Amino acid sequence: MSEYPLRENAAESLRAQSGRRLSEITAEALAAGELGGDDLRTHADTLRQQAEIARAGGFPQLAANLLRAAELTDVPNDELLRIYETLRPERASYIELERLADYLESTYGARENAAFIREAADVYRARGLLRR
Amino acid sequence: MADKQGSKRFDLLAKRDINKETYVEPWPEAGLIVADSPYDPQPSLALDGGRVTEMDGVAAADFDALDRFIVSRALDLDVAAAAMALPSQEYARMLADINVPRAEIARLIAGCTPAKLTDIMRHLNVLEMMLGLSKMRVRRTPANQAHVTNWREHPALLAADAAEAGLRGFAEVETTVRVARFAPFNAMAILVGTQTGRGGVLTQCSVEEALGLRLAMKGLTSYAETLSVYGTERTFVDGDDTPWSKAFLASAYASRGVKIRFTSGTGSEALMGRAERKSMLYLEARCLLVVKGAGSQGVQNGSISCIALPEALPGGVRAVLAENLLAAMLGLEVAAGNDALASHSSIRKTAKLMLQFIPGADFIFSGYSAIPKRDNLFGGGNFDAEDFDDYNVLQRDMQIDGGVRPISEDEALAIRHKAACAIQAVYRELDLPAISDEEVEAATRAHSSDDMPERDIVPDLEAADAFMAGDSDFLRVIRALQDSGYSEVAENILEMGRQRIAADYLQPSAIFDADFKVLSGINDANDYTGPGSGYRPDGARWEEISAIPQAKSPEGFVEPHIGAPLSRLLEMGPAAKGSQNEVVLALGPAFGRALSKTIGGLEQEAVLQAILTGIAAEGLVARIVRVYHTSDCAAIGYVGARLSGSGIGIGLQSRGTAVIHQKDLAPLNNLELFPQSPSLTLETYEAIGRNAARYARDLATVPVAVKIDNGARLRLIVKTALLHRRETDEVNPERPPQELRYDWEPAL
Repeated sequence: MSEYPLRENAAESLRAQSGRRLSEITAEALAAGELGGDDLRTHADTLRQQAEIARAGGFPQLAANLLRAAELTDVPNDELLRIYETLRPERASYIELERLADYLESTYGARENAAFIREAADVYRARGLLRR
Repeated sequence: MADKQGSKRFDLLAKRDINKETYVEPWPEAGLIVADSPYDPQPSLALDGGRVTEMDGVAAADFDALDRFIVSRALDLDVAAAAMALPSQEYARMLADINVPRAEIARLIAGCTPAKLTDIMRHLNVLEMMLGLSKMRVRRTPANQAHVTNWREHPALLAADAAEAGLRGFAEVETTVRVARFAPFNAMAILVGTQTGRGGVLTQCSVEEALGLRLAMKGLTSYAETLSVYGTERTFVDGDDTPWSKAFLASAYASRGVKIRFTSGTGSEALMGRAERKSMLYLEARCLLVVKGAGSQGVQNGSISCIALPEALPGGVRAVLAENLLAAMLGLEVAAGNDALASHSSIRKTAKLMLQFIPGADFIFSGYSAIPKRDNLFGGGNFDAEDFDDYNVLQRDMQIDGGVRPISEDEALAIRHKAACAIQAVYRELDLPAISDEEVEAATRAHSSDDMPERDIVPDLEAADAFMAGDSDFLRVIRALQDSGYSEVAENILEMGRQRIAADYLQPSAIFDADFKVLSGINDANDYTGPGSGYRPDGARWEEISAIPQAKSPEGFVEPHIGAPLSRLLEMGPAAKGSQNEVVLALGPAFGRALSKTIGGLEQEAVLQAILTGIAAEGLVARIVRVYHTSDCAAIGYVGARLSGSGIGIGLQSRGTAVIHQKDLAPLNNLELFPQSPSLTLETYEAIGRNAARYARDLATVPVAVKIDNGARLRLIVKTALLHRRETDEVNPERPPQELRYDWEPAL
């Protein structure tokens, strides 16, 4: 955990979602119009590093959340909103949830999220939370 | 029956603020019970080969969605058997025992079921809970969150108030909307405002979940706490979510580098009519395990907007503290409530606050209303902008860090003006409906929406829709600030962006300190283990808390009472005992020398003349002496009495306190004492002189009537102490009382 906070202790290794180095996220670069939205987003590797820090700090559930989050960094905004909507009560059939899990796993390698959605599908079926 | 002959006292009590509240008797069947419902389950956990087969009396087959989520994601099954076997009272004792460290309790708590958690609370009184919260809260350094809204949803006022909140030290600022379409602009105003006030203040805009996520994706907010959870499956579904959808939302936020905390709190299930006969605290324990299982770093609880419901019931305030403590025990950051209007009574609301304020919480308020109550779109704050100074004084009184700092009016005006100008510039650069100079000036000096000029909201709303639909995000805002010369504000928002990349503030209970450094449960873990440990406001922070602008320098209290010495009052040598029928007026050592005015602002000479006039009016002569060996009023008067041929003396201190004494009384006794010198008028002093003379003549005497002002001591005690100290400085134990000559005759 000696690395934490990464902003202070590992700044040189940090990259944005776009791959741009943190040290290149400067006022000058922004003023020159060189920065886009992905240059100010967190990278999946950073979230995995934070997950490890959380796990070592005694926060395993937070760590699991950050690992799921790492898998979602590549998922576009609109798609994230759609997945959330699908997971709300009585929005999807069991099959649709299964398909969603498969899709996330095959498209983004999102194994943790896929398992999470499959678990939800089983509970929704048992508790009447699927689309009627 | 004739008109009821009521008690005048009860009539008055009925009108007190405390009796504007609603109180109700418990009704477990409706969930109107804060803790220990007869229908709450007994703690139980049965494991079979690493699988949970029963929890809190419910078989696995009958688990609802919450049970399933808790079993699957929240409980640490490795410690569960040991954790459940430990008696609840043992946990309670560990919480209150400074020798048991936080980590040891947290390790076992991870295996406790909702009913077990609730059962532990049964054994704790509020004092023990406070000790527990002090030890179990995640972050070592306490902090505070502000609410900033206004009913006009005026961007310049939002920015100015957010800047002031930042300057006042709030670590998070939350806004919301009256009209949902305003969300992006309100979020933007808060962002620009806070980063003008202090770089590193986290901001959020409380709106519907999906909209909230879109604001975060645009970089307009850096945290979200509107992820509400409920303690029964039906309530959860009525809230249009499941534990899985909420947990997914949490991951979605984290994937964009945005901090989240969930929201729960006692009373919501009863309010939604689906409490299933369970106590509020038991349902909250279920909520908290869902929150933990979802991987949220924290929770805002403490009943939040439902607070008036537990407060209507017996033990409600205790239960709210219990839910704060439960969250902390589970390793969750706690934003501890105290936000929504909970009481009409200042006494009650402050007493309730103490339960979080004294032990400290990650956020003592999940929204201190940094605006007037009328501008609060969260349903009225329990503490408002009007209470800022009260709150600062509470910190100073108890040497407690309540997460804010006192500021001066000049500082406030400067930062508000800068923030209003900055948002004006952003609107100009982004081609949004212009903010006029008049609006900027009004926002700088405003207290509330009422002080703001009207703004045409139709074009604002159209612009907000277009902004939300387009690609614009916080990078455009930063560039607008750069282009208009607000490079410091721009840099602060850019640094918020860099912090997103680093994601350090996704760790438990993270805030940024005054130097934009992250403080969280990882690098600022609470290490309280009793006296001498944990967070203590000291050094520069304690000086900051102490130095409220209202505090004056001690010299300033005495200075107005210093004037030219009384030149007509001449010392003639040591005073001798008299033999005639007279009154001796004995003055304090500083009288007419180091001090020239009484505490009430009367010229000492005028007081002297008034007393002499009174004595003369009764046909007696007066002698004046100055006492040097003491500054005590009774002792001065006693000296006068013993020097007096009649045995009657008047003691008069420089600050105006007077006594009529008689030589045969005990030194500390008196005939009449006038301790409330600020209330004494020249007429009173004349009456004192007159009465002293009447005692000397052995006439029947009615004691001088004095106005009783019980506030005088409260207002003037510092001045009293400092004036007395000045008098005491003049004491010379070696110097005997001196005879004085005062060249003046009363006009009778």
